[in-house]
Amino acid sequence: MSRVKQKRLALNSNYAVAYAVRDVDVDVVAAYPITPQTTIMEKISEMIANGELDAELIHVESEHSALSAVVGASAAGARVFTATSSQGLELMHEILHIASGMRLPIVMAVPTRALSAPISIWNDYSDLMNTRDASWITFIASTAQEVYDSIVQAYMVAEDSRVLLPVMVAYDGFLMSHTYEPVEVPEDPGPIREITPRRDRITLDPDNPVTMGTITDPRWYYEIKYQQVKAMENAREVIEETSETLYRVLGRRYPPVEAYKTEDAEIAVLAYGGLFGTVQDAVDSMRSKGLNVGAIRLRQWRPFPVEELTHLLHNLDAIIVIDRAISYGASIQGPVALEVYPVASRMGLHVYSFIAGIGQRHVLERDIESMVSKALGYLDQGVTPLRSIYWGVRGGE
Amino acid sequence: MSNESLPSWDQIPIGGIIVEPGNSINRYTGDWRTFKPIINNDKCIRCLLCWVYCPDGVIKILDREYIDSKGRKWDITLDIDYDHCKGCGICVEECPVDAIDFVEEVK
Repeated sequence: MSRVKQKRLALNSNYAVAYAVRDVDVDVVAAYPITPQTTIMEKISEMIANGELDAELIHVESEHSALSAVVGASAAGARVFTATSSQGLELMHEILHIASGMRLPIVMAVPTRALSAPISIWNDYSDLMNTRDASWITFIASTAQEVYDSIVQAYMVAEDSRVLLPVMVAYDGFLMSHTYEPVEVPEDPGPIREITPRRDRITLDPDNPVTMGTITDPRWYYEIKYQQVKAMENAREVIEETSETLYRVLGRRYPPVEAYKTEDAEIAVLAYGGLFGTVQDAVDSMRSKGLNVGAIRLRQWRPFPVEELTHLLHNLDAIIVIDRAISYGASIQGPVALEVYPVASRMGLHVYSFIAGIGQRHVLERDIESMVSKALGYLDQGVTPLRSIYWGVRGGE
Repeated sequence: MSNESLPSWDQIPIGGIIVEPGNSINRYTGDWRTFKPIINNDKCIRCLLCWVYCPDGVIKILDREYIDSKGRKWDITLDIDYDHCKGCGICVEECPVDAIDFVEEVK
């Protein structure tokens, strides 16, 4: 298959999700409104009303029900989609584990948002990070284009018989969900449908009755959960394969961790989501001042890309990890920094964990530059703070 | 501790899906009982409300003639599948003529 003809549209990330859902021809959608997710569903219902998408849109009374509804539809063999943010994702939490445990290839978009209390409708990644152990494959996109491509890839990965796990595609609420960028989408959805064919799996079928999500006593539960461990491992190669397929068709691919000017760098700044663009600009600006700085973007949060990250960290002395979520009381309170630490420290790198962007507090280029100079100061003294650094908090250390 | 005689993780259907319908018959739940229902076929009026209400389908309608102490002849006899009866007592509660005794299990 050669690269397909595409048209360039101005889309925000939420609309990019809706276009991808349309192009993969989803059968059943269920969702409950929550800011900043709501405009995804508005767009999808518009597409259904216009006859552009032939899908059932189920109106439900809560996010718990939204995910439960797509669990049922997926178990019956439908291709399904849902989306939520913040409190909605928390309300789904119980069903997150049921969806993955039942091995249902559900795809969900998560424009991330801070958690109550106090109430904040603005962005951070507290909601997403709470889903860490739910056995969902998780991508964090950093452009609207990547959001479109990732939703397509999500179905390719989720429905692969080696995987059969649900997939979340996360991105910055508001900062991406409500800002417009150029996005290329195929003029005709045909090629997208060719790379997302319907595949056989065990489903609820009156002619071949099965029982799903049954009770298991201590002799059985462990082995069934171990199947999920293996599925998550298998996902690594399936993500790699499907990335190549997407590249062949759409001309775009996204590595699990993306490097920017790290080859000769002494220190790199790791970020995720839309913040990566700011970090890249800051790197350019610092390089013009003679600093050997690079940037790394984490795209694949689950399964965590240990090998790929190891490869990228090779020449570095230190790494800064910027987390937009807090793991209260943890040894390192940045959730991503906590995962980077064992990989980086094994290689003798200093790891500096910075907390920033909480409740959408601005993170500007000059903040990134100041973080780097603070970290270089620590590096000169050969010290690594034993806790995360809370960037810009009033009255902080 | 592992159970070496049981199938390994890759031999179990994905997600523990039960692909063999109706296999609950292989799971004996009779030893869950504290009290045991016993049908008195002499008092029983064959209304079959116990059969309707039983959540586990353990009321057995036997194709066997029964003549009660008043000389009335019934075409069927009732019994209970004690391998699967959990002793919930719903049949005892629902029986309109108190024809089901509920006696403590003695082991």
